[in-house]
Amino acid sequence: MPDKPIEGEKRVFMTGNEVVAWAALVSGADIMYGYPITPQNEIMHYWTRLAPKYGREFLQTEDELSAGFTTIGGVLAGRKAFTATAGPGNTLMQEPMSMAEAMRLPTVVVIQQRGGPSTATVIYSQQEVTMTTLGGNGEGLRIVYSTATHQELFDYTIKAFNTAWKYRFPTFILGDGYQAKMRESLTIYDPASRGIELVEAEPFFGKPGVPGVDRPPTQLRNTYNVEEELYEVLEGYFKDYEKIAPEVAEHEAFDVEDADLVVVSHGVVSRACKAAVKELRQEGIKVGYFRPITLRPLPVDAIRETANKARQFLVVESANGQLARLLKEAAFGCPVEMLSLFKPGVGITAEDVVSRVKEIAG
Amino acid sequence: MSVQPAMPKSWRVDTKPHKFCPGCGHGLVLKALGQAIDELGIQDRAVFGCDIGCSLLAWDFFNVDTIQTHHGRTTPVITGLKRANPNLIGIAYMGDGGGYAIGSQHLVNAASRNEKITVILVNNTQYGMTGGQMAPTTLPGQKTETTPYGRDPEKTGYPTQGPEMVAAITREGAYVARGTVANLRQLKNYLKKALENQMAGNGFSFVEVLSTCPTNWRTNAEETWKMVEQELPKYFKVGEIKVPGQKEGEANG
Repeated sequence: MPDKPIEGEKRVFMTGNEVVAWAALVSGADIMYGYPITPQNEIMHYWTRLAPKYGREFLQTEDELSAGFTTIGGVLAGRKAFTATAGPGNTLMQEPMSMAEAMRLPTVVVIQQRGGPSTATVIYSQQEVTMTTLGGNGEGLRIVYSTATHQELFDYTIKAFNTAWKYRFPTFILGDGYQAKMRESLTIYDPASRGIELVEAEPFFGKPGVPGVDRPPTQLRNTYNVEEELYEVLEGYFKDYEKIAPEVAEHEAFDVEDADLVVVSHGVVSRACKAAVKELRQEGIKVGYFRPITLRPLPVDAIRETANKARQFLVVESANGQLARLLKEAAFGCPVEMLSLFKPGVGITAEDVVSRVKEIAG
Repeated sequence: MSVQPAMPKSWRVDTKPHKFCPGCGHGLVLKALGQAIDELGIQDRAVFGCDIGCSLLAWDFFNVDTIQTHHGRTTPVITGLKRANPNLIGIAYMGDGGGYAIGSQHLVNAASRNEKITVILVNNTQYGMTGGQMAPTTLPGQKTETTPYGRDPEKTGYPTQGPEMVAAITREGAYVARGTVANLRQLKNYLKKALENQMAGNGFSFVEVLSTCPTNWRTNAEETWKMVEQELPKYFKVGEIKVPGQKEGEANG
């Protein structure tokens, strides 16, 4: 059985779902639990073809609830387990992930957003931001990477496994139907060849020795008898999350120093925004580009710094203001004016952004 | 000097006395399970999963690695664990609501896939933790908070025959039985066989246990015992229903 799925680096031309399967493989993922829903199905298709060649496992469950809870079981057993879903499946996945949040379990979930609400389209949207960042009962103690390119799907899937196991918060890759289904070129690589150290998985259950004799039993619960007991646990979690947030938060920005208006977007839409800002700059219009890569935790300091300098934010998203709500909270009190270009469940082009900026500029 | 009754070795002594209501059957089921774990010598690799509902009170019951999960979701958690590390012995412990209502599709599919796990389902004919509402196993005519005039099978169906269903949908290698807290020696025997079946890698193991809930039944000691010993077995036949290596019809109590 070959040890390494990829030796060194390799230039490839693949769909995003195939990229995720390869990334999970090189991340040392041991087992995928999954349930079909478009547009993420091919992650399972590629995984089930690749995994047996490298001694990895797969289980097709009866639904997304089960996929999420079996993923939790895999993690408890000390394996790098993951799952993937979209849309109504993401809705169901919030139940297991709120339990992972309660127990600080390093689950990894890949979301390829589709249109919503409900079944809607199987194609694309950015309408799963609120659910993925804050879904489930609780406070949303989780990490969400929003990818924009296939290269990022690969890079951040590797990172997601490391982040999850290092910090022990449920970790999500937030892609979308366009990223899932389209083909583009990227470099896949063995993480070691780039000096990326993989964080080792550890068993929660079944450690050596007899529980209660050689070691205390590991006993996890998400139920508490009294308010104060829960409060104390959560206080600890909030403190941990607050501490790691600056380490985890990531963003990308350019031309913001002298910009009157900063175009803010995430995921695949930021590619259109990037092209638009470059074009507008060439025309001499003072616009900047800002993109949070982590939607949870948000890069709050960078957002506030930008919001204190720029006169206007133009928030561009394929949703009716799900990113905008997060930004408003992060930039609360900053003197920035929030403007928008929302096209819920619909793709956004550079031309759309250029014409909206010109309309604002008058 | 007072003489304490012997506790199973695998029990966690510092969490006793346990948190179940006086007269509750859970303590008895968990005693039989503790004895089975002791006798099989599997305390080091058993993993105990419990549901939401009264069973969650068992989250720190044993000196065994334990996870308390969501309503009906203990089966997939233990399934995922077992798939990821087949050396562990996965025990999913739940009530009739968790197994036959909200978690029924997990039970059905885990049984159909012949998952190598052991599911123990405690049937006390109603939802205990939430205050005594109707369960899939509530008897015809039985009064609960949501059937205040007695369960009408015309409107809400007949009690779920869980082990019979599991026996019908499982193939070779499954072990299925129904025990009762009214016969603990037999119950321990069934639980042991269900665990041994998993350890042998044969297939899915399922034991339903007829149990008591004097709090929500609003019964005194005598009536409680009459209910579990006489009334419940009229609907729920106690005995082994499926045993690997035995032809259908050969299994018995």
